[in-house]
Amino acid sequence: MSEMHAETVPFVRDTMIPPAQPPELQSGAVKWLRANLFSGPVNTALTLLGVAIIWFLFSHFWDWFAHSVWNAGSLTECRQIIAERWGEGSRGACWAVIRERWHQYMFGFYPPELHFRPVMAFGFLMVALAPVLFSETVIIRRNVLIVTTVATLLLMFLLKAPMVWMVFAAVILIGSVILAERRVSRLLVFSFLYPLLGVWLLWGGSLWGPIMVLVALGLGWAAWRLLVGFSPLLAMIAGVLVTLGLWLFAVGPAASDARSLLALSIIPVDSDQFGGFLLSITIGVAGIALSLPMGIVLALARRSDMFLVHTLAVVFIEFIRGVPLITLLFVASLLLNYFLPPGTNFDIILRVIIMVTIFAAAYMAEVIRGGLAALPRGQYEAADALGLDYWRAQRLIILPQALKISIPGIVSTFIGMFKDTTLVVFVGLFDPLKGVSDFVRADINWKGIYWEPYIFVGAIFFIICFSMSRYSMYLERRLQRDHR
Amino acid sequence: MSDIPAPAHQPFRLSMLLYDRRYRSMTIQVVVFILVMAAGWWLVDNTIRNLQALGKDFNFGFLFQRSGYDIGSPPIPYNSDDTHLRAAVVGLLNTVIISILGCIAATFLGTAVGIARLSNNWLFARLMTIYVEMFRNIPLLLWILIVYALLTEILPAPAAYRGEDPEWSKILFGNVALTNRYTAIPSIGLTNDPGMLDLGFRIMINWATIAFAVVLIGGWLVRRVVLNRAQAAQDRTGERPTTWWINLAIMTVPSLLLIWYFGLHLIQPELTGFNFSGGLNLQNGFVALWLALTLYTGAFIAEIVRAGILSVSKGQTEAAFALGLQPNRTMNLVILPQALRVIIPPLTSQYLNLTKNSSLAIAVAYMDLRGTLGGTTLNQTGRELEAILLMMLIYLALSLLISAGMNAFNARVKLKER
Repeated sequence: MSEMHAETVPFVRDTMIPPAQPPELQSGAVKWLRANLFSGPVNTALTLLGVAIIWFLFSHFWDWFAHSVWNAGSLTECRQIIAERWGEGSRGACWAVIRERWHQYMFGFYPPELHFRPVMAFGFLMVALAPVLFSETVIIRRNVLIVTTVATLLLMFLLKAPMVWMVFAAVILIGSVILAERRVSRLLVFSFLYPLLGVWLLWGGSLWGPIMVLVALGLGWAAWRLLVGFSPLLAMIAGVLVTLGLWLFAVGPAASDARSLLALSIIPVDSDQFGGFLLSITIGVAGIALSLPMGIVLALARRSDMFLVHTLAVVFIEFIRGVPLITLLFVASLLLNYFLPPGTNFDIILRVIIMVTIFAAAYMAEVIRGGLAALPRGQYEAADALGLDYWRAQRLIILPQALKISIPGIVSTFIGMFKDTTLVVFVGLFDPLKGVSDFVRADINWKGIYWEPYIFVGAIFFIICFSMSRYSMYLERRLQRDHR
Repeated sequence: MSDIPAPAHQPFRLSMLLYDRRYRSMTIQVVVFILVMAAGWWLVDNTIRNLQALGKDFNFGFLFQRSGYDIGSPPIPYNSDDTHLRAAVVGLLNTVIISILGCIAATFLGTAVGIARLSNNWLFARLMTIYVEMFRNIPLLLWILIVYALLTEILPAPAAYRGEDPEWSKILFGNVALTNRYTAIPSIGLTNDPGMLDLGFRIMINWATIAFAVVLIGGWLVRRVVLNRAQAAQDRTGERPTTWWINLAIMTVPSLLLIWYFGLHLIQPELTGFNFSGGLNLQNGFVALWLALTLYTGAFIAEIVRAGILSVSKGQTEAAFALGLQPNRTMNLVILPQALRVIIPPLTSQYLNLTKNSSLAIAVAYMDLRGTLGGTTLNQTGRELEAILLMMLIYLALSLLISAGMNAFNARVKLKER
């Protein structure tokens, strides 16, 4: 056989066939549909069910959205306009309520002429966060800072901020953009000062309080500096004692003395004037900022070898995790005054922040403990081998890795906490969801309006929480060091 | 870290309390102990002084006073002449009921959605993703209020069901009527009623319920015996005796006999006068809370289930198929046991969350523990400290109970390493 074949002329094609389209059923939209929607009887049934759900939602709600009214003075007027425009018996959304009351949803009863102050505080918050959260890439940081600057100044202009404040904000915002371009770590100083600045901007009053708090901190640092050569531990104790002592006993009188010399004061705003998203964001941001360090300390305490420290941490964490947040808020509003020296009566927002922080810290501690437990033993051994002491080992080796592992958990704790700020309505604060909406509905003009406020508030919560979760996913990817 | 033993002759110096590893942890613990005790003493002292200033004392006697308020549809007999303690028990039972029902429904919903998110169907998976993201990123309180508003605003008054040709008609084969105040569902009637067992404290339980419970638990135990025997037979001979029809019979026949004996039937709700009677009227507050808790927690459980299934490597399925296992046995014997290990710990915390979140009943006027003990009782007696303390302890006990139960379950399914 082989000989015969050897003599035949081999047939080899010497031109290329032009590439042909795949068969109709194997390409493009048809193939995609067959693969993803109609690959089998179950799949087809699911597709039909999905289409039915979409159709149900569309047919029930579309006309309501399509007939939206933005300009009206009351619900009756809204209904009138809808009836005129789309005929008798048709229904529609009356977003006019949001248009009319948006300032209450945003700021509660904060004096309207001072609305620029929370806006400015929020803008500064973004600047303070920039070196911590947005510094993975220059581009992101630049975008965040520039957008913040432009948006804050524009909003302040629209809210008719006085010229002095415009200049103040412009100097800080533009200055921070320039500073961030040159040396971003300098911005951390601003992040450090921000809590005091934010409190001052939101609540107003005299600047001397925050200044004295800072001075006390400085004196504490000086005490630490003085003793650190002698004994680090003693220096730490002395520093903390000096700071706390000054905060408790000296800051108040010193601030009031200074105030009598020079007022340095802006219009004060009471806590009961806070409301809406301003309240939620204030409580949320304060709770987040305070609960993270407290959670880290609790997690380390729970993993400690020292029996007493470990037991106390376990009892504290399990107790807080075992009760609903509402009961803790009731403690804040009804019981906290029992626990403090007679005659003490401090701000309800501060009390709520304390309770929310304690609550979130217990959850945070468990999340971080998970991260600590997930670290390979070798990391601890390596730290020991390098001769690092406990705090250095934690700070340089253990915590950075543990926190990185627990980012998803930390962020979902944050999201949960931010959502839970709506519960403050039950201790008499004006949260955006129920507090402000009930207030709006109590007005005779808007009586009987249900869906629009809920949808509006829900949408804003969704945007904030969803962006937080997406940002955490992004952060997780950025910080991923293992190459799989 | 191994400590190098110090030479024995080194004398003890005071500074070793700070610088020697062996003593330092003792020092720290003593300091912490003193600080905690001081803080505790400070709090208790303040509380005592504050209570004195207000002329109050600390006692739980108010629990045995007449409550003087009513609770709509209590699970055990209760009226306003009963004590605050009984009101608190009613509230606790309401909390437990909503938690159990919510956990069951959320588990089913969450499992279904979690699996659906992994399905090949592009459209359905996207829809489920939208559902999960919607519910996870919006406060629970909003969902409770929306569901409650849906029920109270859109549904008609019971009168809409009146007449030959009513505006609204009952759904589910005429068994369920939705109204703006309650949902009327059928109740179970017995033609051959065996009477009640009195448990004391005016709590009655029907003998028929006990009979069903006994039959079901007994059937389950017998089934285990049968399965063990089948396993033994298989180990001995290599052939597994057919057991499915025995099991089916054990689980169904006695119940069917009981149903026939007691004459079990549904009593449909009928509109008499202005309201439905005959069945059970579930208050809208309860239905709204239950639905909202289910939908909200279901979204979280869906993510947990999805992560659990994704955590089982694909090679496991392929290996099972290569061994010739059928898909359902692969699921039961290979995938689920491995997925459960990942699923159960976070599922436990979702159950805990649901139980704690049920305290949001305050928004829809459902009288749970917070509504009775931490609400009306607290306001009427002015005993904030005692009421809140007791309420917190009860919630804590509930949470510990749930986590103990789930931990026991977890211990059964977790990886046994040797």
